[in-house]
Amino acid sequence: MTKRQLWMRFIAHLDRQLLLGIGLLLVTSLLILYSADNASFDRPLGQLRNIVVALACMWLVANLPLHYLMRTAVPIYALGMVLLIGVALFGEISHGARRWLNLGVMTIQPSELMKIGVPLLMAWYFEKHEATLTLKNYFIAALLMLMPIALIARQPDLGTSLLITASGFYVLFLAGLSWRVIGGLFVAGIASAPVLWSMMHEYQRHRIMMLFDPTQDALGNGYHTIQATIAVGSGGLLGKGYLNGTQAHLDFLPERTTDFIFAVYSEEFGLLGNLILLALYSFVVWRGFIITSHASTYFTRLMAGSITLTFATYAFVNIGMVSGILPVVGVPLPLISYGGTSMLTLLLGFGMLMSIETHKKLVRT
Amino acid sequence: MKKYVEFKNHQREIYHFQLRLIVSIGFVLALLAILLVRFFYLQLLRHNYYQTLAESNRIAVVPIVPNRGLILDRNGLVLARNYSGYTLEINQNKVTDMEATINDLSRLVTITNKDRRRFKKLLAESHNFETLVIRNRLSDEEVARFAAQQYRFPGVEIKARLFRDYPLGEKTSHLIGYIGRINDTEVNQLEESDLSANYRGSDYIGKTGLEQSYEADLHGTTGIEQVEVDANGRAVRMLSLTPPVSGNTLVLSIDAKLQEIAEQSFGDFRGALVAIDPNNGEVLAFVSKPGYDPNPFIDGIDPQSWDELNNSPDVPLNNRALRGQYPPGSTIKPFMALAGLNYHTRSPEQTITDTGVYYLPGSSRQYRDWKAGGHGLVNMFKAIQMSCDTYFYGLATELGIDNIFNFLTRFGFGQKTGIDLEGETSGLLPSQEWKMKRYQQIWYPGDTVSVGIGQGYTLVTPLQLAFATATLANNGVAYRPHLVKEVRSSRSNEARFIAKDPLYDLDIPASQLDLVRRAMIAVTQPGGTAVYASLGAPYHIAGKTGTAQVIAMKQGEKYDAKDVGERLRDHAWFIAYAPAENPQIALAVLVENGGHGGTTAAPIARKVMDYYLLGKVPKPLTKADVRESGVHD
Repeated sequence: MTKRQLWMRFIAHLDRQLLLGIGLLLVTSLLILYSADNASFDRPLGQLRNIVVALACMWLVANLPLHYLMRTAVPIYALGMVLLIGVALFGEISHGARRWLNLGVMTIQPSELMKIGVPLLMAWYFEKHEATLTLKNYFIAALLMLMPIALIARQPDLGTSLLITASGFYVLFLAGLSWRVIGGLFVAGIASAPVLWSMMHEYQRHRIMMLFDPTQDALGNGYHTIQATIAVGSGGLLGKGYLNGTQAHLDFLPERTTDFIFAVYSEEFGLLGNLILLALYSFVVWRGFIITSHASTYFTRLMAGSITLTFATYAFVNIGMVSGILPVVGVPLPLISYGGTSMLTLLLGFGMLMSIETHKKLVRT
Repeated sequence: MKKYVEFKNHQREIYHFQLRLIVSIGFVLALLAILLVRFFYLQLLRHNYYQTLAESNRIAVVPIVPNRGLILDRNGLVLARNYSGYTLEINQNKVTDMEATINDLSRLVTITNKDRRRFKKLLAESHNFETLVIRNRLSDEEVARFAAQQYRFPGVEIKARLFRDYPLGEKTSHLIGYIGRINDTEVNQLEESDLSANYRGSDYIGKTGLEQSYEADLHGTTGIEQVEVDANGRAVRMLSLTPPVSGNTLVLSIDAKLQEIAEQSFGDFRGALVAIDPNNGEVLAFVSKPGYDPNPFIDGIDPQSWDELNNSPDVPLNNRALRGQYPPGSTIKPFMALAGLNYHTRSPEQTITDTGVYYLPGSSRQYRDWKAGGHGLVNMFKAIQMSCDTYFYGLATELGIDNIFNFLTRFGFGQKTGIDLEGETSGLLPSQEWKMKRYQQIWYPGDTVSVGIGQGYTLVTPLQLAFATATLANNGVAYRPHLVKEVRSSRSNEARFIAKDPLYDLDIPASQLDLVRRAMIAVTQPGGTAVYASLGAPYHIAGKTGTAQVIAMKQGEKYDAKDVGERLRDHAWFIAYAPAENPQIALAVLVENGGHGGTTAAPIARKVMDYYLLGKVPKPLTKADVRESGVHD
């Protein structure tokens, strides 16, 4: 085998367009992390490590034939459930929430695993019952989705549970859940809002309240929202220039390498930068939809659609939260925010998309 | 068959899925649209607003407090100055257990019980974001000791500051006053007069005395430093600087040495002295005894010391020279004599026969002369020289209260002099109108009789009497008394003079002035009531003694100094100017419970005049010295 052949083999299962979009976003991540970390290479290098590991995993998954992928659904879900129950029983408390499980060698956050595990199992379930889908199947699928979500919501981790609900719902939606049921759920959701409100933790209510009037608690819970909104607004049309964001560099922005990194970006690159970033995200999502539409099996269609929609949702929720139209729920900006876990989860998803795209001709019927 | 069904289902399923996918794309586009709208709103429409917010986040305006202006005496001697030193300050927000912190601190630096009490008071009065001073004027050693242990005390810090200091202490307390921490009332006043911007960062404001009345000059203009700060408030770099302008320097007309001599001359007596240059109204000495040390007031006096000052029977906080109101007694007589001449009520030569008792026409009520048996044949000159009461009883009755009121008003009685200090009282010059308003009573002829010798309703302040004496000395040309001679601008070093022009000229004929002057000189010569005042003086002193009653005598009762308690004894007055022919200094001396003007007040006046005119420094005087001689009023 020549070098070239080897290379061709190596990239055979990588979707070039998707890889281009992801790559540009990852480069943006490194650039903006350098600025957010006050011109230090500390965070960018850390992120580079995360990216390398996650890209490797993505490559592996992309090379995984689809039936292997399907086979992983039940074990991943089962493992996730076991870990979630473990968290509920033995988890470590940090910041008033029980999210982490200490396995001795490492601490893990099983809810992250479920971000993939839930849609994967649901897609698998629908594939199994493809021929004879009735309302009962949707109900069972919803139940499979709600069990881990309930455990995560109890931790409490409202943000993650809502996002997993979203990705699960996308599977139900793409699987053809009737519009009537969707309408019913929507009405029921609104009706149950007061009940949910009463079940929420005080800090969660605060965050939602702050959305309506962040100045109410300008130095407390509203601080994040106010300072982030100021950063975005003061960026203007062209931004203050790379490394020149005052909100970021004078420490006014909290968590600016993680959840609030968009404020740093937006302050320095302005509206123009925002449009470019949204274009990059749109490009990735668009490619995701194309792959979804090419997908040959029920399972892959559902999975690809859910991954794509979930990715779009993550981006929307984070940007909405930073620019002050959504409550602060602790969702990172996909592919940009510093963090290994979310990077891994996202790139595993993209790996699946690539696998779906590149293995479709090889699938057995 | 089965295959067909499945195939059909598959087609429909694909169709449905594509439909759902299109809905999904629509959904994502909707999310995109929401974000775009939000960006346009934040970054285009509201950009200026958020830009301003970001700037105000970033830029802190740090006020630079100007150095307070100095106060110098007429010869350049410093009466109020600034010096730099260290304070130990506690940020009450950052300290949870104040008591424990202070106890820990007291192991490193001396913290007296006074400091603790003062701090407690500051704490009670403060707003909770303030940093409060626990110790002032730390020694270098204490600074070093604390600096080494500072990490143990979050919220406690050492600050270098300028302190105000009054080197002459209680000798100038009623004159200079003091500064103190700005309180809530003053914050409101500053806001109302649009001065609060200039007081950003200022902790102190003039509370009394010249520190108060010349606050606008002394404070200076606050400088502004714009710094870029991070979220923790740490300054990152300086953006711009407008330097502060120090307060203006006050050059007083006061002669500090003269002030000191006047102060010391009182010995243990309480009282007041105001000495004025009659040629221009410059106040040369301004004493109220006892004084108090103004220095502890600057950073808040501790409650115990405050109570001591406030409850002392000597009322050291009362500015007697400015606010003390006493009957003028016989010191009014030269002015009464001028009134008589002015209205041609009596000619200089006209004599009366003093039998020691005066009766109002048609009345049996007795008005006694201070001298039993009277002075015999008395004309105006003799009446002033010997302070004959009977002469002035008759003169007052003949003048009538309206004329007396009109004439004495021209000398400033019953009105504020307008000196450059706040809180002056106006004394009291009674009139028919006043009595009706005050007591709803008509004026009785008997009221006029007492007014004639400066008793009854009449009240004057030592300052007022000094002003009237100065006007008299200057032949009826009055100058507004002022303590500040010039205000020297710190910016240009140009001087602004205070009250250079005369207020008015009373146009008193020279012959009348001459008569009164000669009579007043005679007061201090053998045969007069204040011989002691000019004994051996190489210049002529024109003076007049006076006695202000503390307790009213019943009809026919005889006052005997030995029978009444010290604090009920009469107040002694002496007014004088010298040299009589060319007056350089005019003064009024009040000695509380001093008895007779000639014995207690006149010697004080003499010492002041001797120093001012001859440069003679007297030996310290004690109460016992003054008491020795027993000459009468």
